Amino acid sequence: MYAYDELDRTLINERVSEFRDQVKRRLSGELTEDEFKILRLQNGVYLQLHAYMFRVAIPYGTLSSKQLRRLAHVARRYDRGYGHFTTRQNIQFNWIKLAELPDALAELADVGIHAMQTSGNNMRNVTSDQWAGVAPGEVEDPRIWSEILRQHTTLHPEFSFLPRKFKIAITASEHDRAAIKIHDIGLRLHKNADGETGFEVLVGGGLGRTPFIAKTIKPFVHGRDILSYVEAILRVYNQYGRRDNIYKARIKILVHELGIEKFAREVEEEWKLMGDVGLTLDHSAIEEVRSRFSYPAYEKLPHMPDELKQAAADPLFERWRKNSVAPHKVQGYSIVTLSLKPVGGPPGDATADQMDAVADLADKYSFGEIRVGHEQNLALPHVAKRDLPQLWRALDRLGLATPNVNLVTDIIACPGLDYCSLANARSIPIAQELTRRFANHDTADMIGRLHINISGCINACGHHHVGHIGILGVEKNGEEFYQITIGGRADENAQMGVLIGPAVPYAEVADVIEDIVEAYLALRDRPEELFVDTVKRLGVEPFKERVYATR
Amino acid sequence: MPLVKQGRITTDLFVHVADGAELPGDGAILISAARFLEDPEAILKRAGKAGVIWPNSRAVDDLVPYLDRLAAVALVFPTFRDGRAYSQARLLRERHGYEGELRAIGQILRDQFVFMSRAGFDAFEVKKDADADAFAETMKRYSVFYQPTGDGRVTALNRRMQLRHSESAGQ
Ligand code: HEM
Ligand code: SF4
Repeated sequence: MYAYDELDRTLINERVSEFRDQVKRRLSGELTEDEFKILRLQNGVYLQLHAYMFRVAIPYGTLSSKQLRRLAHVARRYDRGYGHFTTRQNIQFNWIKLAELPDALAELADVGIHAMQTSGNNMRNVTSDQWAGVAPGEVEDPRIWSEILRQHTTLHPEFSFLPRKFKIAITASEHDRAAIKIHDIGLRLHKNADGETGFEVLVGGGLGRTPFIAKTIKPFVHGRDILSYVEAILRVYNQYGRRDNIYKARIKILVHELGIEKFAREVEEEWKLMGDVGLTLDHSAIEEVRSRFSYPAYEKLPHMPDELKQAAADPLFERWRKNSVAPHKVQGYSIVTLSLKPVGGPPGDATADQMDAVADLADKYSFGEIRVGHEQNLALPHVAKRDLPQLWRALDRLGLATPNVNLVTDIIACPGLDYCSLANARSIPIAQELTRRFANHDTADMIGRLHINISGCINACGHHHVGHIGILGVEKNGEEFYQITIGGRADENAQMGVLIGPAVPYAEVADVIEDIVEAYLALRDRPEELFVDTVKRLGVEPFKERVYATR
Repeated sequence: MPLVKQGRITTDLFVHVADGAELPGDGAILISAARFLEDPEAILKRAGKAGVIWPNSRAVDDLVPYLDRLAAVALVFPTFRDGRAYSQARLLRERHGYEGELRAIGQILRDQFVFMSRAGFDAFEVKKDADADAFAETMKRYSVFYQPTGDGRVTALNRRMQLRHSESAGQ
């Protein structure tokens, strides 16, 4: 965990008072709605179909049990008793009243949580691997660097009014769980030949109307230079990013229009001219941040405790363990994913009672720590293996042990037409219907890893482009239609899915997905060949034939 | 529109002169970049101070040769969501060593004061009287700053390092 010091706490409280003043000026009419809009967006407040929506940051996906309990309290006291975990390590509340927002913020600030820059055209919450610090084989804990960047990007005096929003993600593992290639800046931590820590810097990724996979702008930037290098990228973007058309304002468009080589030269030149402006991180500065991360006092535990051997006789436990439990870097411990995708439920929602209960379980079994991942699930990062059977029973009672992590029903979906004023079509009911269709866990197991992503419009909040199966809501003659893509992926081999054919109406989406899955089962060359790999090997044609033959 | 300078509401000594309008023989003037660049030497030789309104879509490089003879540079915020002039301000102050008045004009609300001051602005044409009145108060909103800029405010990191130093020295 990262422990905020007096300075971090002071700044968050100062931000709360500023926002209180801004809300007061809006309510008294001193600020027009137009003026207030930009100010509220700087602090995570959207105006939605039914009410204001409030987005709270969970920097690099790490929460303490105390913080999670406070989120539960906010859900109960200021909302309708639940919250929604998003794809960028944030939590959203959908029914907040403007006049009460400053109080909700103040309660969150008490436990070191804020909503700064969770929307608006600024540098957004810096995200990272939800298994940071516990995944085996990691180069080093990327949260140290995420925190350095979090501080640097918070209330930045030069880059708080960018052409468009700006998202940074960091990974330190070979397998990219942070989706860095679909971020404005993606940072991959690695070591150079001399064993020094630095970053491969990628730039210009993003989805939406014109999706791009990020390109490498520099293969190695030394850790001590990362702030100045990021600053150089942002300075070029702030000055030359387009401001005439919001659909062309993301850095991906600038990189695309200039070409990565020219863009890289511009950044390099700015970086050289910048010289030493106090951004170089010396060893002691990095250690200062590192020292405020604490790690649990792990016990020396056996790799295979008796409790686990006994529980293995229970097939339900075994199915859950194989699906939701991952190896930990410390022997005798594991990382447990808590599925927020129950059959028939909206993806990513958690009730206040569930949040409180998870906080209790984290205290009991995970050194008081919880993680939030971009797949809209939670994780307990340090569970002793001997405790797994007990934890499983507790999670099962809470409805948080659905054994579907990374399977066909572990769907990522945006709020869609049920909440969102920009939507063309519903997302959540499609997700709910699909979880019912594939409710049989044996079938889902047999299908294997398969990510379905759903967005209710081209803004791509549900990352449909990079779903193994992507579902995008469009509008045709006033009716909800859906375009379906296959073969996308968001990991280290990120790529956009390919459209399989004409859009289909709402009522047919689940049938089409079933057809696609059946086609895959018939076409895969062995059970281990994942859906995406079959699509890669055969292309979209055989799937297209199957889906449209009878339509 | 009130002008805030050195933390106080003051009378503006600069006269905004529109393109095409006749220049006053003396006294301080604020003119457009286009007009200034037509004949910079003539403007700078005039009796009376000269200030230039520099658009946010043009690199400040073209202004650099004249910086030490300019009394004011005004940078433009056509709307407060357009943040290009923050970069221009920092470049003028931190890279090119400009020391004259740096004025923010356009849609200026109290909510930008801290950012602007950190970027190097020291004069503000504020849209609303209430915001101008609240200047001193608003500048006290924040006491913690994460980023180093040319404004000399001590960063959180520096404060932490000093604290560590004094703690270890005291042991
Ligand atoms: C209901 C309120 C929401 C609204 C009005 C909204 C609006 C938008 C808009 C307009 C964009 C496109 C911006 C651009 O490309 O420049 C966007 C992108 C995005 N949204 Fe949302 N969103 C909402 C909820 C969510 C939720 C609940 C999630 C997570 C599940 C989410 C995750 C994202 C992500 C990850 C992107 C970036 C996609 C990309 O890389 O281009 N949003 N959102
Ligand atoms: S993808 Fe579209 S419909 Fe879905 S939340 Fe984003 S803006 Fe709304």
